[in-house]
Amino acid sequence: MGEQKGLTIQGNMATALGAKLCRPDVIPAYPITPSTLFPEKISEYIADGELDASMIRVESEHSAMSACIGASSIGARTCTASASQGIALMHEMLFIASGMRLPIVMAVGNRALSAPINIWADHQDTIASRDSGWLQFYAEKNQEGLDLMILAFKIAEDERVLLPAMVGIDGFVLTHTVEGVKVPAQEDVDEFLPPYEPPHGKLDPKEPMTFGSLGTPEYYQELKYDQVEAMDKSPEVIDEIFEEFEKEFGREYNRITPYKCDDAEIILLTMGSMTGTARAAVDEMREDGEKVGLAKLTVFRPFPGDLLKEIAGDAKGLAVVDRNISPGFGGAVFAESAGIFINEKKKPLMKNFIVGLGGREIFKKNFKEMYKKTKKSVEKGSVDKMVEWINMDEKVMR
Amino acid sequence: MIKGEEKMYEVRFHGRGGQGAVTAAHTLAEAAFREDKDVQSFPMFGVERRGAPVAAFARIDEKEIDIKTQIYEPDIVIVLDMSLLDVVDVTDGLKKGGKIILNTAKKPSEFDFDDAEIFTVNATDIAVKNGLGTETNPIVNTAILGAYSRVVGNVSLDNIKKAIENNVPVKHDENKKAAEEAYEDVVGV
Repeated sequence: MGEQKGLTIQGNMATALGAKLCRPDVIPAYPITPSTLFPEKISEYIADGELDASMIRVESEHSAMSACIGASSIGARTCTASASQGIALMHEMLFIASGMRLPIVMAVGNRALSAPINIWADHQDTIASRDSGWLQFYAEKNQEGLDLMILAFKIAEDERVLLPAMVGIDGFVLTHTVEGVKVPAQEDVDEFLPPYEPPHGKLDPKEPMTFGSLGTPEYYQELKYDQVEAMDKSPEVIDEIFEEFEKEFGREYNRITPYKCDDAEIILLTMGSMTGTARAAVDEMREDGEKVGLAKLTVFRPFPGDLLKEIAGDAKGLAVVDRNISPGFGGAVFAESAGIFINEKKKPLMKNFIVGLGGREIFKKNFKEMYKKTKKSVEKGSVDKMVEWINMDEKVMR
Repeated sequence: MIKGEEKMYEVRFHGRGGQGAVTAAHTLAEAAFREDKDVQSFPMFGVERRGAPVAAFARIDEKEIDIKTQIYEPDIVIVLDMSLLDVVDVTDGLKKGGKIILNTAKKPSEFDFDDAEIFTVNATDIAVKNGLGTETNPIVNTAILGAYSRVVGNVSLDNIKKAIENNVPVKHDENKKAAEEAYEDVVGV
């Protein structure tokens, strides 16, 4: 195995470098804050002769995803990057990419949606595309951003999966923050991720085929079933590939990673960069004798209900922390977590905390507050307020 | 720093847009990373305008850094441009007994920042002497890192110089020499 070179780089560069190591053939992209550095770096790699690929400069994100679909249909390894309004604009095409079973990989700089206009960290953009049939990965730090790009290609292109994948890194908190990362050697990535060959045909003028044609009521439901079944069965493939990655590159990935959960009475469930701060809070609370644990969600789609049941099934309380909101209900991670426990006799009492919208900071003290509130509900045996917003500024509210 | 002491260092750079505060923070982080420390560095999250007051940040720790918030209570504050003292409270949140490094020809005794330890270095003079920018627009971000190395002691001058080579696009020798001179000249140590 080749040496893994250490670099100090921003999150966008980590995902761009991860993409480059996968030797993509086509990268259609439309720049948008906070993921702009991704297409910048890719075009630099191409201009410097470090990457042999076509970059397509398009006039919108809708076109970017359309071009991705075309490129992936001919069997090209395809990736792009976007965020926020950009992902909203490509929404229509996201469903077509997954419905056509195209393993496109998108690096996302997770950012809030307008209005009011806001360029900062928030998971609303990818959560809003939850039902588009894409696999969704979220990174805690830049190393994970880089590794997850490689993993996303490998998982997406697996014949048992064949679905597109998004890799989210939080806007600014990761996209613009320099951290130390270890970069796998090119020859090792080449071995881990062989060239992509579509297993079921591709667009080819010499062998004409129709893609994405009309699916009448006689066929549509079965085709959707196939697509959804591929997603439902993907956890097995994801676990297998995570394990293979760990063997090859020495870094462990799980769909959910527990931390100090074994004897924990209350568990915090987090996603993205906030997990780091939550871990620091858990460490401090543990020093004070509190039985608290942390579960980090790396894969949001498919939702790892099986693992969450294993990790949190015996806990007394589960505090689900969401950096997104579905108006009229609560956070998406909470809704899914609650859903998977519905038929279980033994389950934790659950509370949902909405945090960090539009780049609002999430401090250690905020996690301690969430823990305390959940503990209080556990002691009382009931939850007064299911969804609570944390770190609100009373001065700003009317 | 006492060798082996387990402490996270949080550093805040004050400059004006275009003066290289962000590059300084990144360079410092890389230098520390070369010593197997865990690091983060980041700009003020948002937009930057040339000439407007900006801040940039670095975290350095022997252990893995978990925390993901911005820095509100730095251990060390570095001021690249003295005109900022009139418009920004550079001591905001500075930890009790924290350190301030100022780019000035004056002596530390000429300043009073309550509990802070004050260090001064004429980084402007050093930069101009080494052909880094002009009297009115000196590029002081590399010189000031030399002063940092001497004052804080948790990152070696040697690694600062190596990181300068990677992060500064031009005049490597001049920038490294500026760091060396500031390392020697900083007052208050």
